[in-house]
Amino acid sequence: MKMEHDVLHDRVSAVEVKRWRDDFPALREKVHGRRLVYLDNGATTQKPQAVIDAETEYYSHYNANVHRAVHALSERATEAYEAARRKVQRFLNAAESEEIVFVRGTTEAINLVAQSHARPRLEPGDEIVISAMEHHSNIVPWQMVCAQTAAVLKVVPINDAGELELEAYERLVGPRTRLVAITHVSNALGSIVPVAHIIKVAHEREVPVLLDGAQAVSHLPVDVRALDCDFYAFSGHKIFGPTGIGVLYGKRRLLEAMPPYQGGGDMIRSVTFEETQYNEIPYKFEAGTPNIAGVVGLGAALDYVQGIGLDAIAAHEGDLLNHATQEVTAVPGLRIIGTAKEKASILSFTLEGVHPHDIGTILDHQGVAIRAGHHCAMPVMQRYGISGTARASFALYNTRGNVDALVAGLHKVRELFPR
Amino acid sequence: MSDLREIYQEVIFDHYRAPRNCRALAGASHKAEGYNPLCGDKVVVYLQIDDGVIRDASFEGVGCAISTAAASLMTEALKGKRVGDVQILFESFHDMVTGAPGVPQALGKLEVLAGVREFPSRVKCATLAWHTVLAALKDQREPVSTE
Repeated sequence: MKMEHDVLHDRVSAVEVKRWRDDFPALREKVHGRRLVYLDNGATTQKPQAVIDAETEYYSHYNANVHRAVHALSERATEAYEAARRKVQRFLNAAESEEIVFVRGTTEAINLVAQSHARPRLEPGDEIVISAMEHHSNIVPWQMVCAQTAAVLKVVPINDAGELELEAYERLVGPRTRLVAITHVSNALGSIVPVAHIIKVAHEREVPVLLDGAQAVSHLPVDVRALDCDFYAFSGHKIFGPTGIGVLYGKRRLLEAMPPYQGGGDMIRSVTFEETQYNEIPYKFEAGTPNIAGVVGLGAALDYVQGIGLDAIAAHEGDLLNHATQEVTAVPGLRIIGTAKEKASILSFTLEGVHPHDIGTILDHQGVAIRAGHHCAMPVMQRYGISGTARASFALYNTRGNVDALVAGLHKVRELFPR
Repeated sequence: MSDLREIYQEVIFDHYRAPRNCRALAGASHKAEGYNPLCGDKVVVYLQIDDGVIRDASFEGVGCAISTAAASLMTEALKGKRVGDVQILFESFHDMVTGAPGVPQALGKLEVLAGVREFPSRVKCATLAWHTVLAALKDQREPVSTE
């Protein structure tokens, strides 16, 4: 029997994609009198009904604080909260659920590692290695910790296609390198970074690696044990989950060696005015009442994604990206920014003589939502000598028809802004 | 498309493609930098003020059609204006592009930007150069931001 989607050969059937679309109520919205074509998934994804229902269910039926009370609702809330942690563990194939720390998002996860892992270890002249295609959230926390410790930030260059220059990377990881922090998928260019190789090189020199998975997790299967990465960070809202919830994965021995990030309730074992004993991991890093509804919603989002399967998602999005890449070349003056051999789901481009914001406004008027600007990656824009790009980013619920709407919109832009 | 045509009309394209007074002003008495962190666009505005009257105005920079045309049209409108009248002119312009209730003031050529009121996310593009002029008049040294 033929499977409905064969990841190696076929496109996912249109019927199946239609079924996925129907799970997302926001996709039925109309903007400017037209059915929404949502191509800003790199910024945030829409939410399936299952995620919305999971949050509503929590607030309607078992809203209570976790890890505190002995009453029934609190027990149910705690159970759901910890069940979601195990879902994240399975999703990333982490060895233990204690290695999963809930945070607000990728940004907070990176700041946590910068302040609790890197800062106590860094000596003046030590080095942190990042790349030239990082999001600001994987640049600024390192600049801050470098300013605090007199450590130095080293930046791996990229080539014109938007691929990491691996030889330069191998030269940059040296005896003073204390951490490599690199994106898994570039948010501005769509490049997939060869992270297995990055980690192998770093580990040969006994340097731990943090991967910024914000743009990766909804497009590629991630296995932190196969990768042997030391820290992995991602945000719930970019994988169909709620905003304000994210994950830091860290290897047990690293997390255990780190001091807490914030002090407060839940992160302690005992407190007197003389001495406070900290809780075990992961609670040591989860001070205060957490975003319980967000965690429950994230668990539902991961169930949803795993129900479809990341291989099927990757195959479908690969087809969309190829189709889009081909079709946009017909728009006069269009230049794709980011042409790496390995790409995921992001099409960044400029249009000669038209500012990205004007592209964004005109497409919006045709119901097509894209992102325009520097994508919180200003150094990438500087690398290409541009102020910004227009970016279409795809998710599992996008269709070839959505891509065609984008291309028709771009022809309209060209019509309004003749060359 | 009618709203789009209203905002992206001929006069705006003309000022986008061939902006007026787009140059540094040698011997400017006032100068300020403006920045729109949303899109990274930057503008420098120069004024030559004499006896409380703006004798010359120019700008450099900016990016999108709306911010460029707005800066170009603004420099034209400012020439010959009394410094004391700039704030009120800005306020009338701001009311127009944000669609504020009340009787609209006659703004002459600046009225081609009235269509911006249908595009709230673009109001900052239309007002960046204006905020920068106000900063220049206050002799503000730090770049002014639209945020």
